[in-house]
Amino acid sequence: MDLSAINPVLLVASLMVAATPILLAGIGELVVEKSGVLNLGVEGMMITGAICGFAVTVETGSPALGFVAAAVGGALLSLLFAVLTQVALANQVASGLALTLFGLGLSALMGQGYVGIKPPSTPKLDIPVLSDLPVVGRILFGHDLVLYLGIALVAAVWATLKYTRAGLILRAVGENHDAAHALGYKVIRIRTLAILFGGACAGLGGAYISLVRVPQWTEGMTAGVGWIALALVVFASWKPWRVLLGAYLFGGVTVVQLNLQAAGVAIPVEYLAMSPYLVTILVLVILSADKSRAPASLGRSFHAAH
Amino acid sequence: MNTPLLSLQGLTKAYPGVVANDSVSFDIGEGEVHALLGENGAGKSTLVKMIYGLVKPDSGKMLLRGAAFAPSEPRAARADGIAMVFQHFSLFDALNVAENIALGMEKPPALRDLAARIREVSETYGLPLDPFRTVGDLSAGERQRVEIIRCLLQDPKLLIMDEPTSVLTPQEVEILFETLKKLRSEGTSILYISHKLEEIRALCDAATILRLGKNVGECVPSETSARDMAELMVGTVLQTPERAGRAFGEMALDISGLSVPSPSAFGTALKNVHLAVRKGEVLGIGGVAGNGQDELLGVLSGEILTAADAVKLMDRPIGRLGPTARRRLGLLTAPEERLGHAAAPNMSLTENALLTGSVREGLERNGFLRWSETQSFAERIIAEFDVRTPGPENAARSLSGGNLQKFVIGREVLQRPEVLVVNQPTWGVDASAAAAIRQALLDLAAKGTAVVCISQDLDELMEIADSFAALNEGRLSAPRETADLSVEEIGLMMGGAHGMEVAHV
Repeated sequence: MDLSAINPVLLVASLMVAATPILLAGIGELVVEKSGVLNLGVEGMMITGAICGFAVTVETGSPALGFVAAAVGGALLSLLFAVLTQVALANQVASGLALTLFGLGLSALMGQGYVGIKPPSTPKLDIPVLSDLPVVGRILFGHDLVLYLGIALVAAVWATLKYTRAGLILRAVGENHDAAHALGYKVIRIRTLAILFGGACAGLGGAYISLVRVPQWTEGMTAGVGWIALALVVFASWKPWRVLLGAYLFGGVTVVQLNLQAAGVAIPVEYLAMSPYLVTILVLVILSADKSRAPASLGRSFHAAH
Repeated sequence: MNTPLLSLQGLTKAYPGVVANDSVSFDIGEGEVHALLGENGAGKSTLVKMIYGLVKPDSGKMLLRGAAFAPSEPRAARADGIAMVFQHFSLFDALNVAENIALGMEKPPALRDLAARIREVSETYGLPLDPFRTVGDLSAGERQRVEIIRCLLQDPKLLIMDEPTSVLTPQEVEILFETLKKLRSEGTSILYISHKLEEIRALCDAATILRLGKNVGECVPSETSARDMAELMVGTVLQTPERAGRAFGEMALDISGLSVPSPSAFGTALKNVHLAVRKGEVLGIGGVAGNGQDELLGVLSGEILTAADAVKLMDRPIGRLGPTARRRLGLLTAPEERLGHAAAPNMSLTENALLTGSVREGLERNGFLRWSETQSFAERIIAEFDVRTPGPENAARSLSGGNLQKFVIGREVLQRPEVLVVNQPTWGVDASAAAAIRQALLDLAAKGTAVVCISQDLDELMEIADSFAALNEGRLSAPRETADLSVEEIGLMMGGAHGMEVAHV
């Protein structure tokens, strides 16, 4: 066992990378759920985003275009969910599960020609002086732009929900869709937009896995991250900063346990592998002991009655 | 003649299978409080939704101060000075008062400025309200204030109020009327929807009466008797329930010193409740919703178990017995919530009849169900209580509220109970069905059954109850004979728990 092999600076830097896919998917799903829609298709939208981003990056050589394509791909898949649940009034749980299965199958089909290819690497931020600072430079200024976008999204979602009229309307729709309708707000339009936002975020998160974290394409490579993101939103009590905390906690424990495995710690691998899930759930359960609760209309179909 | 503020001309709206409004016309003058009267299903709600832009009329037109007015959505109606206070409050529980109000405005100011304006308006109109409280924690009266202030902040020309007093204590009604009178004196017109005739007589300048979607008459409420208005509304001569003078028998149901916590987080615990009903007596229990009614019903029905001695049925301790055992002994209950508590919505009327009737009507033998007996029991309920349905095979959900209420009350009455407990027996039921249900309860009492009627409709309790007690925050007042009780005294017994201060304007 050789713990000195673990470099703390590298650990923190890779923790942020490991957390970003969950963070992106989670913050998107938070907005969706705040509008009163439960989309269980996060995993499917992520894996679709992962292959869209990967394929476009390989074909064009531009990771930036790849991420845009991932967001568009995720949003398109979520549009299917929106049509099913908001227009056809299908059951949200069943539609979400179907979306996940559909996304997994679709991505496997699309990705057949891309197995074993290495994508062009995503450029890292390189700010003269700042990025060269010891410790801080590597942790704060040495990442790719999408990672910062994830953190910025959390801040933006938090501020929008708390301080803007658009955020207030979104919360109102999720809280009581009948009342919102009676006041003249377009419930279905608002929810559809929220679903599209959630899809785009999940797509970005998926592409972050296939382009930055792993970089390669294999079938089913999201491996349950979408489900973690879903659980995170609930345990974070629908609060954006707690999603960030949860994602970093999960990413952190994941990276630490991998390092411990590599260092040959005398704990069975299985225990190490389950530790991120246990720690994240434990901390967030303790945090969610306050009185915050789910949006009251969560998962309920809205039909404008006359 | 001045141009009326709003003139409705031949408004018609049909839904598949039903004409909700059939060529309705009337005028609302400037600064007039205009009542819109009608039974449930008379088309009042559809009519106001057309004025508020939620529903488009099939034909007919509206004129606002002489100019054509056809709002395509509520936003357009609000822009033209129409504001509406909804019957089921359109509020968001998780948001605070100021946020709720901001959602109903076109261009809300910053929250801090809005809070200041809310304080200002609430003081002007005698409606005390803290802008930063969460709406979920407010009482019904306070929630209504939120809606009213939301409307007032937009300087409406016409304020529509849909059944505003159904959830208020007499004292809160008083405050509301002061506010409305002040608004009228400032030139605001009010369209006041209700079926409480005495209120309309006290407040309104003119009234339009709807029946089955048609305008069947107009009157000046202060010059018309409540009975005449009611008969216009119902279209037939009303039967007042008859109350035969009768002697009460021995003690039937006895609760002494009962305290139980509420099973739900938002419920009210019962505190030291004493209650006694004799055979042949009707005990009315009043009080604003949420003061322990559901818990009291639970304790009586056996859904909430207590110490054995706390609840006694004819001197027999039954506190530890569940609902079925109590039914066997003759204690029957009909809870308030028709769909989901009193009846299973997706099951047929026959199946619903079986659910409570199996013990006393012998609808079950050795674990097997006797469907033909059950069906004839259901048919008997339908026939005797005039339940309008094609047959007992229809799902409970398919019945209108009033018809289902007649069914669930009838189902208990026909089981010849020793003690019958009902919660809100005529809630949301039209006048003639309500009269039939009340008569059935009185007939039952005349045959020697003890009846406990929990209700928020004070007129109903005064009409059928021999004695009256009020629930206030889980405490039950000492019962008084209804014969020598005034509405003011009842109001005081109910504690007027919320906002006792009458508006000083």
